Amino acid sequence: MSFSVTEPSRGTKWFAGLLVVGYAIITLIPLLWIVATGFKSPTDSIAYPPIVVFEPTLEGYVNLFTDRTRATPEMLEAAGPPTTWYEEITRNRGTVISGPSRYGERFLNSVIIGFGSTALTMILGTAAAYAFSRFRVPLKDDLLFFILSTRMMPPIAVAIPIFLMFRNLGLNDTHLGMILLYTAVNLSLSVWLLKGFIDEIPIEYEEAALIDGYTRFQAFYKVVLPQAATGIASTAIFCLIFAWNEYAFAVLLTSGTAQTAPPFIPTIIGTSGKDWPAVAAGATIFLVPVMVFTVLLRKHLLRGITFGAVRK
Amino acid sequence: MAQIVIKNLKKSFGDFVAVQSSSFTVEDGEFFMLLGPSGCGKTTTLRMMAGLELPTSGEIYIDGEEVGQKPASQRDIAFVFQMFALYPHMNVGKNISYPLVNQGMPRAQIKKKVHEIAEILGITDILNKPVGGLSSGDRQRVALGRAIVRNPKAFFMDEPLGALDAEFREHMAEELRALHDRMGATTVYVTHDQLEAMQMGDKIVVMNHGVVEQFGVPQDIYDWPATKFVAQFIGSPPMNFLDFNGTVGKGAVEVRLHDIAMAIPASLDGANGALTFGVRPEHVRLDDAAPYRGRVKATEYLGTTQIITLDTPNGVIKARVASSDAVKLGAMTGLSFDPRTITLFDGPSGRALRSHANQGVLARG
Repeated sequence: MSFSVTEPSRGTKWFAGLLVVGYAIITLIPLLWIVATGFKSPTDSIAYPPIVVFEPTLEGYVNLFTDRTRATPEMLEAAGPPTTWYEEITRNRGTVISGPSRYGERFLNSVIIGFGSTALTMILGTAAAYAFSRFRVPLKDDLLFFILSTRMMPPIAVAIPIFLMFRNLGLNDTHLGMILLYTAVNLSLSVWLLKGFIDEIPIEYEEAALIDGYTRFQAFYKVVLPQAATGIASTAIFCLIFAWNEYAFAVLLTSGTAQTAPPFIPTIIGTSGKDWPAVAAGATIFLVPVMVFTVLLRKHLLRGITFGAVRK
Repeated sequence: MAQIVIKNLKKSFGDFVAVQSSSFTVEDGEFFMLLGPSGCGKTTTLRMMAGLELPTSGEIYIDGEEVGQKPASQRDIAFVFQMFALYPHMNVGKNISYPLVNQGMPRAQIKKKVHEIAEILGITDILNKPVGGLSSGDRQRVALGRAIVRNPKAFFMDEPLGALDAEFREHMAEELRALHDRMGATTVYVTHDQLEAMQMGDKIVVMNHGVVEQFGVPQDIYDWPATKFVAQFIGSPPMNFLDFNGTVGKGAVEVRLHDIAMAIPASLDGANGALTFGVRPEHVRLDDAAPYRGRVKATEYLGTTQIITLDTPNGVIKARVASSDAVKLGAMTGLSFDPRTITLFDGPSGRALRSHANQGVLARG
């Protein structure tokens, strides 16, 4: 039998494959559970033992996106037959739709705040990382340590000062406030990660561009940025995931106009009994943007996640 | 194409002085070598000429225009980096055309120009390839292409052959020199390899510890080094130094080494105390009749010649003699030195004493 040190044997490959698949199944079960619960009826969703095979319904999604009021049979009679499929679903529960829910708005808030803070973090972070990487900044090491030190305690430890500060500045429950907050939290890690990526890019590329007649700024965005794209993309994913999922500050600092989806989703439970399918539907939809973003940038992520340990 | 004049150029990084008041002139169309050991300031000098570093003081004139404090982009020069620094996200053609794109040249013209350059360098077949997979020789050619496509006033090259295999380096050196002769462009070339400098350069500046030690044509520098450092840095094996204590009067035509008279070119400087008698290995002859004796320590066979290492009363020296000379290890032999080629150095300062033979060379650089 031939033996190779670099190529694992067939058995090893199978074993490794099984291990990965098994691990993937274990980590995916909660996700599958959430997605499945979104399509269950309220009764199925709290059945014990849990039901794996069930008749799917869109009731959870309808409840997620609508506000409903309970109606007497006479009122239902008077309203006439349901005209749409979602009205039919609510009628069967003895309720009528009184209007759209706030989920759409909250979701949009999450998009604005999540992507807004990610974009701002990337702009500031790349500029700062470039400066730290390339220029003789006075007190460079101290500044870098100071930047990192802002992450040495959990961000929520400063929740009360931030709350007071936001109230005095009128940033409470505003998109701008949340974007600034998430940017501040994400920036320290971003500067460090991005500095690592930019350090890896030989300075000669920029010097060549300078010699070729480009200005310092042109050299930065035409030569350095394309080279740093991998690092920027993977850093952006980290930032987005944090800003997207953040719950504690969102609960504390937003309540209406700028409320994001994470603090909103639990409030669905309270509106009309324990509506788990609607909560699950909200969570499922909430997962989509980060998944799409990550899939779009996955090539960069796979290369970037080694933090530049491997030379291209 | 341009003449480049460097006047009292100085660069310090904090307390560290990288280059101390260097002055030299690169004539129009010259292939000019900046030579020295690593850390001697040659690369810093070149980077200041290119505008990648700003001088602490001093002036740089390109074509009569003072550019010392101007950014690189306004100097109209091209730079070839040691690691080539090809833009990795562009293919070969894009890399070569990039300097032209910035000038706003029309597309059709750029295309024509790139093809012309690719033709000269023999890389037309790889124009559409990414630079990642290229051999180092092809990378080198692309880097040269990017430099010459713009017809800049001057080419600056920072050890461009340093990243190549020894075998290929020779070939590329010839190609570079041929390209220079064809373009007639002023070229300033940094290297630590004295052979490369001698082989390719029209003129050489030898630097050490941030100081210009000597500046001139290769043969002058080889034959008449201005300092012990140059004598030792250039030549393989380097110049032999026979240290002695003695006196040289003005106009002296001989010195006494171990009480034996040695003829020298008539001296113009007087000196006494610790002195060094410098002679190139090829000017040492094994001559049984000579009164100055040495013992053979080792021999190295090099084909047509051989290098003989000898112990003498004034230290170890090497002689380059014909391979046909029969030499026995451990044997005592007489040594004579070609008197027309001798350089005397002042011991403490390491500077060459002026003589009738080297005064012309020393006066120039």
